[in-house]
Amino acid sequence: MASATSEASEAVLQAVTVKILIAGGFGVGKTTMVGAVSEIDPLHTEEVITESSFGIDDLTGVERKSTTTVALDFGRITIDPELVVYLFGTPGQHRFWFMWDELSRGALGAIVLADTRRLDDSFAAIDFFERREIPFVIGVNCFDGVQLYSVGEVRQALDVAATVPLVLCDARERASAKQLLITLVEHVMARRGIVG
Amino acid sequence: MNTTDDEWYDEEAGPLVPLYAVTGGRTRPSRYDLDLITLVVAIDPDAHARLVEPEYADVLRVCAYPLSVAEVAARLSLPLGVIKVMISDLIERRYLIFRSSWQPAAPDLDMMQKVLDGIRNL
Repeated sequence: MASATSEASEAVLQAVTVKILIAGGFGVGKTTMVGAVSEIDPLHTEEVITESSFGIDDLTGVERKSTTTVALDFGRITIDPELVVYLFGTPGQHRFWFMWDELSRGALGAIVLADTRRLDDSFAAIDFFERREIPFVIGVNCFDGVQLYSVGEVRQALDVAATVPLVLCDARERASAKQLLITLVEHVMARRGIVG
Repeated sequence: MNTTDDEWYDEEAGPLVPLYAVTGGRTRPSRYDLDLITLVVAIDPDAHARLVEPEYADVLRVCAYPLSVAEVAARLSLPLGVIKVMISDLIERRYLIFRSSWQPAAPDLDMMQKVLDGIRNL
């Protein structure tokens, strides 16, 4: 269908795409949150990387190269034909920094999901975004509505600046996930406003 | 791929050979700065699909409408590194066109306001 294709070609030259990252430890609810707001079921893609490994479980002691697969789940929110937001769940494992670098390049900002039972898992993501000056907000995922600690206690434990928004959320709930995104965009705009 | 008794690997190993063979072993695109959210769209995919290898034809077909690089990879179940090389090749042949993602180096408050309004209206 020639006409559809030329329309599509036209559209691709006009559309702007925006990237928002959902970070946090393994099993904290990143893909769940992507699914809660995405217009499509979360898509899954992989990057195959080659890494050198020294023989922890290699009896010969010879350096070997092995391939590892880094999984990425993502979703999409089409705001209008000219503006599409992509939500990427970052790989939970900290050793895949290179993947984080690519993911965060040009990102509007990030949401760090934290689980109060495993706050330690959030430190790597917080540190990453702080160092690169990527604006982020923290969503404290309250599983089954259980809130073990106050916002103040969590903020103190995570040791983040008072300027970083920290909100309680339920990553499974669309309204809650939406609110996190709104908090992030408002935070980014406020920061830009001050800088600009 | 049909399984025969001669194959030394099992299904879990996946299609190890064809993926990288198709890109000549390259996993990094050379010319274009393709991001995960760079949008690509095929120009006349039906006609061009006949001019390329089957794996490339698949890329052209899914790109009949604009898709991000990450979506193309997900749709075709190919690793990102591989799909970027294939997309670069197709851009070079002018069978695909692309548009880079928004770069926040130039803050655009109007655009962010549109994002904010759009999310509020979800």
